Amino acid sequence: MKGAEFISHAQNTWCPGCGNFVIQHTIKDVLSGLGKLPEEVVIVSGIGCHAKIADYMQTNSFYAIHGRGIPVATGIHLGNPQLTVICSAGDGDAYAEGLDHLIFAAKRNVDITVIIHDNRVYGLTTGQYTPTSPPGFAGKSTPEGTHEDPINPPDLMLASGATFIARSYSRDKKGMAEVLKRAILHKGFSFVEVLQVCASFYDAHACYDEHVYTPEGHDPANRDSAERLIREWNYAGEGAIPLGVLYERDAPTFGERVLAGKEGEIDRTGIIERAIGKR
Amino acid sequence: MNDYSICIGGQAGEGINKAGLLIGRVLGLLGYHLYMYYDYPSLIRGGHNFAILRAAEDTIGAIQGKPEIVCALDQETVNRHGNGSLLIYDSDDCKGEGIGIPATTIIREEGGAPIARNTVLIGAFCRAAGIPPEILKEAIQKEFGGRADENQRLALRGYHAAEERMQIPIRTHDPLPMLAGNDAIALGLIRGGLDAYVSYPMTPSSSILHTMADLAQNTPVLVIHPENEIAVITMALGLSYAGKRVAVGTSGGGFCLMTEGVSLAGMAEQPVVIVMAMRPGPSTGMPTYSSQGDLGFVLHAGHGEFPRIVIAPGTTEEAYEWSARAVHLAWQFQVPVFVLSDKNLGEHPKSTSIDPAFAVPIASIRSPRGTYARYCNMPDGISFFYPPPLSGNVVKVNSYTHDDVGITTEDPDLAAASAVKQIRKGATIENEMAYYGCLRVDGREDAPVALICFGSTGEACREIGERLSLKVIRPIVLAPFPLAQFSDALAGVERMIVVEENATGQLDSLLRGYGIVSDRRIANVSGRPFFLDELELKVRGVMQ
Repeated sequence: MKGAEFISHAQNTWCPGCGNFVIQHTIKDVLSGLGKLPEEVVIVSGIGCHAKIADYMQTNSFYAIHGRGIPVATGIHLGNPQLTVICSAGDGDAYAEGLDHLIFAAKRNVDITVIIHDNRVYGLTTGQYTPTSPPGFAGKSTPEGTHEDPINPPDLMLASGATFIARSYSRDKKGMAEVLKRAILHKGFSFVEVLQVCASFYDAHACYDEHVYTPEGHDPANRDSAERLIREWNYAGEGAIPLGVLYERDAPTFGERVLAGKEGEIDRTGIIERAIGKR
Repeated sequence: MNDYSICIGGQAGEGINKAGLLIGRVLGLLGYHLYMYYDYPSLIRGGHNFAILRAAEDTIGAIQGKPEIVCALDQETVNRHGNGSLLIYDSDDCKGEGIGIPATTIIREEGGAPIARNTVLIGAFCRAAGIPPEILKEAIQKEFGGRADENQRLALRGYHAAEERMQIPIRTHDPLPMLAGNDAIALGLIRGGLDAYVSYPMTPSSSILHTMADLAQNTPVLVIHPENEIAVITMALGLSYAGKRVAVGTSGGGFCLMTEGVSLAGMAEQPVVIVMAMRPGPSTGMPTYSSQGDLGFVLHAGHGEFPRIVIAPGTTEEAYEWSARAVHLAWQFQVPVFVLSDKNLGEHPKSTSIDPAFAVPIASIRSPRGTYARYCNMPDGISFFYPPPLSGNVVKVNSYTHDDVGITTEDPDLAAASAVKQIRKGATIENEMAYYGCLRVDGREDAPVALICFGSTGEACREIGERLSLKVIRPIVLAPFPLAQFSDALAGVERMIVVEENATGQLDSLLRGYGIVSDRRIANVSGRPFFLDELELKVRGVMQ
C-alpha cells in the first residue's frame, strides 16, 4: 500500500515548519515499506500537538487523553497482539502527566512502539516548560525561568529496563526512518525519543543541527557503551547529541508472559461450577 | 422459627474469618441459611476481629445485634460481646461465665499451630450446641481439605472438653454455597461474558481481584494488576477497543483517580464495567468498614454529559445476576456500566443459590454497510461496534468531540450532533431497561408505610419490613432511574422512610429530583451495617 494511503482526509492544523510533519510522514513511509495495512496498525496518542497524528493517519486509532496513551496501548496489545501498536506521546504527556505509565511499559517490556514527540515545550497550551526544557527555560508559567533541571529520558528508560532505546531528530528523516523501522520490528518495548522542532514556541534547530551526530561502530547490545552515549547529553548543557539506536536487547515480552496458555474458549459454566463447589 | 447468632472473636491474625466460615460450614450442614458479618480493623496483627454468624430457616442478609452464642479467643471478645446465653472461651487466655476450654494448653499438648485455637473452640461450640461430631468432622474436611486430619483431632479435643447446653436442631436441607458479594460479582462478570479483569488492590474491592485471579488460572480469562487506577481504567479501555469484554474494580479513592477514564469511556463510547465498592470516606476514611456515601459520586462521576448505567445489587444473588447483565448492557449500549457495591455486600458471605448457566441476553448484531464509521449516527444513538482489524476499514475512537468517523471536530453542528447522539442513546437505554425488573419490592404489598433503600441495606430493611408489616421498595438500577417501575411500586404508599448508610441522604436526593419526596430519613454513618434490632427501633421511632 502506498504511503499516501496512510494519510487521512482530516485537515492538518500543525504549524508550518512543525517537526510533527516529518514524524507523521516517516511513520507512513515505514508502515508502507513494511507492507502493513492500515487495518493492522493502531496509532494511540495522548493530548497535545503530537496527538493530532491520530486524526491525520488513515489507520486504526485511539485518540486518548493526556498522559494515558501508554496504558491504552498496553491494553490494545494485550487484547490483540496481532495489531501493530504505535503510541505517539508528547514530552508533557509521557514525562510529566503519565511518567508512571512510561516506566511501567518499559519495566514490563510491552511489545509496543512509543514515539516521544519531544519538542521540549507545551505547544498546544501555548508555551510552558516541560520535563525536558533546558534549565532556566522562560515559558508562560515560568516567566523568570524554571527553577528545576531537566530529566534525561533515555537514561531513565535504560534504568527502567527498556529493551530498545533510540533517539531521532525531526530534521533527519532518513535516520528517523531507519530507527522507526527497527523500533516497530523490535520484539518488546521500543522507546524512540524524537527531538522535534516546535516552530512556534521552541525552535532549537540551530542547536540540534550543530550537536547531533550518529555514532560510528556503536554496538547497541553493549549496555555500558549505550549508557555512555546516553549520558553524553543531559538535556541541559551543550554536549554532543547521539542519534540512532542506542540500546537494544532481547527479552520476553509482557504479552508473551501474560498471554501464555490463554488461548481458546472460556468454559464459563465450568469456572462457576468449580468455584461454588468449593464453597 | 429457629434463628441463631454465633460470634467468634479474637485478635487479627488469629484466623477469625476462617473460623466464622467453619462455623458456617457446620450450620450449613445442619440445613440452615447463613449470613456472616465480619468486622476487622485495617491492620494485619492485633486489634479486635470478630465474625457474627447468623443461621436461620430462610434466606437472610443481616444480623440481629447482640449474639447469643459467643466463642472468645481473648478477653476483649468477652468484654465487647458479653457472655451471651452461651459463652465458650479459652480459659488459658480469658475469664468469663460459660464453658472454659484450655485451648492454648490443648494446642501445646497436640503440637498444633497457635492459629488452630479457634478450631478447638469450634469443637467445643459443637458439643455445647448439641451438634453431632460427624457434622463437625465433615465441615472440617470441606473447609481444610488436605489439612483436615490435624484440625479434626484438635476440634474433637475441644468437643470432648465441653458439655451439651442446648440443641440446634438438624433440618433436612442441602447446604448452599456461602458466597460473599465479591465472589458473586466475580462469577457474575464471568457469566456475563467477561474476558479480562483489571484492578489495583483497594479494600473492599480487592477480594474480587483475588477471586478473579484465582478463577482465571488455567483459563483464557486475563487478570491484570497495573501500576495505579488511572492505568487500570485506561488499560481496560484499550482492551475493550481491541475486542475484549473487560471490567475494573476499585473503591472510592481509586475511583477518584479513574474518573478521567470514565469520561473518556463516555466520549469514546468504549464499553467497560466498573465495580465500585464503597467504604466510608472522605479520603482514606475507614478502609475495612462500609458506607453508601458514594452514590452521588458514581451517578455523576466524570466531566461532561454522557449516559451511564448504575446498578446497586442488594443480595449476593442479585450481585451475580446483575454483574452478568452489566457486561451485556455495557457492550449492548457502549457505555460505562457501574456495579455499585460496598463492604457489607462485598465481604460478607451468605448462603447463595446461583445458576451457573444463568442466561444473559445476547447483544444484537448489526452489520455495517460500506465504509465503516465508528460513530455512525443511528436513530437510537447506538453505532455499530467493531474492534479492529476490520477488513478494508479503520476503527477510529476519540476523546475529542468527533464526527461519525471518529475524527476531531469543533464544527458547531457536528458538536451538537455528537451531544444529541449521547442524549438519544440515553433515551434508548432508559426504554430498554424497562424490560428488566429494575427494583425489588418486599414486605406487605398494601402497606401504607414504605421503607425505601438501595444496595446492601436492602436485606435488613426487608426483614424489618416483614416484622413491622411495611412495604420495602428497593431500586436495583439507579441510573437510568426506573421512574415508572418506582411509581407503580409506590401505589398505596402514604408515608416513605428512606433508609441509607450516609449522612446527607443521597438516595433521598435522587428521589427528590424525580419529585418523590420522603417523609423521614434514617441514616447510619458508623461504618457498620444496620443491625436488625437497632433498625427496628429507629423505624419504630420515626413512625410514631
